[in-house]
Parts: sequence; C-alpha cells; structure tokens
Amino acid sequence: MRNEMKIQFSALSQNESFARVTVAAFIAQIDPTVDELTEIKTVVSEAVTNAIIHGYENKATGMVYIEAAIEEDTIHLTIRDEGLGIRDLDQARQPLYTSKPELERSGMGFTIMENFMDSVEVISEPSYGTTIHLTKYLTKNKAMCN
Amino acid sequence: MGLAVNLELKHTVLCIRLDGELDHHTADMLRSQVEEYLRKHTVNHIVLNLEGLSFMDSSGLGVILGRYKQIKSQNGEMVVCAISPAVKRLFEMSGLFKIIKLEEDEELALQALGVA
Repeated sequence: MRNEMKIQFSALSQNESFARVTVAAFIAQIDPTVDELTEIKTVVSEAVTNAIIHGYENKATGMVYIEAAIEEDTIHLTIRDEGLGIRDLDQARQPLYTSKPELERSGMGFTIMENFMDSVEVISEPSYGTTIHLTKYLTKNKAMCN
Repeated sequence: MGLAVNLELKHTVLCIRLDGELDHHTADMLRSQVEEYLRKHTVNHIVLNLEGLSFMDSSGLGVILGRYKQIKSQNGEMVVCAISPAVKRLFEMSGLFKIIKLEEDEELALQALGVA
C-alpha cells in the first residue's frame, strides 16, 4: 500500500527545521533505524536549504513543495521550488562546489544527498525551478534480499 | 528547536559550545555571535564542543569551515570535540578532519592546544 503526504510552506529558513521534522514524523511509521531517520532529515534540510538560498535567493514570497510517499520499505521524496533553477547541474553536483562562497556555503549539499539516498534525480530549468526526486530503501528490505 | 550558543574564554582559547540544531537558519546566528566575540576579545585558538548538538547539515560544515579560516588567518588552530557519529560522517565526507583536529572531550581539546 502506498501512503502519501504533501506539504508546502514559505521559503523561510525557520521552516527548514519544520520540513525535516515533519517528513521524519511521516517516515517514522515504517520504522526506520535512528541512522536512517537522521539521513532523511539531513537530505530534506539540504534540499530545502538549496531551494531557499539558491532557488529563491532568500525571497520569502517563494514556496517550497514536498511530497513524501512510503511504499513497503521504500521512501520517495520530491522537493520542488519554482525559483531560478540551476544553470549547470553537473557543476552544482560536484563535491565542494558552491555558487555562493561569500555565504560560507560548504558545497556539500548534493554530495550529502547522494551519500544518504539510494537515488537522486535533479530536474532543473532556468526560471522555472528545480525538482529533486530522492529514493531510499530501508535496510530491513536490503537484508531480505541477501 | 533552535540552537543555543555558549561562548567562554579559557586563557586565550575560545570554547564554543553548541546545544540544539545547526542548520542554515541557526548557522547565520552562530557566525555573527562568534565574529562579534572575536572582534572584542583576544583569541588565539578555538575549541568547538559539539556534545549537545542533535542535528547538523552542510550549512553547519560551512560555518565551521568559515570560523576555521578566520582563526587560521591569525595563525590559530581549531579543535573539535564530543562529536556524534552522525556529525562525524559529515566531517569525514567533506574532508574537514584533514584540517581540523578531533578530540574526545573539551579537556583533551584544551590539552591539545597546550592550555589545560
């Protein structure tokens, strides 16, 4: 059975915590490990922060959209903005690359998403926004495959 | 949940103790508090105590790297201590341990800097 939820909220930095805690609470029903829950919270934080800082350049009029679905032991997350979009995706996904070094960005957002999730798909179009699809298989599922 | 920042000068070492969650929202506040402290006091080194940190993301890495560069430019060092396994993973992923020393607790961190 597929179980879904959607939230949308203003692109304000104080909502980063709200977003990751809300997604974590939804995911909790399929009993992830503490590490898996931390990983999910971290990737939500990364994607939402990207939407706020890069997508909307801190303009709070923008909205961030999250869809989460759980299906057996698989978690699907879609995090979307209707902001500026990413001009060079390959460059953006390079570890330590940041387009905003003056803001002390570490350039590790996409690297963290790739490390913590099983798949990361980024669709971006200049001036239409960015959509990130993330999938994670929980370990109990992996154990059954062995 | 936000972030509580506790700053204490021990000799000339600034101990930064974090309690709560370090993300983009709270990183800006941490940055300005530490920068203001460094402007007003003579600080040679920094000890970053992460014992009370329950969450951190790449914005945390950015602000930590920023303070490292700041103290390094004054020929100082930064030592991190009491780090959780989750935060440790982020440090490892970003290569921060190549430049920032890690110690078990604040006492050992201060010893490593020769002030305990």
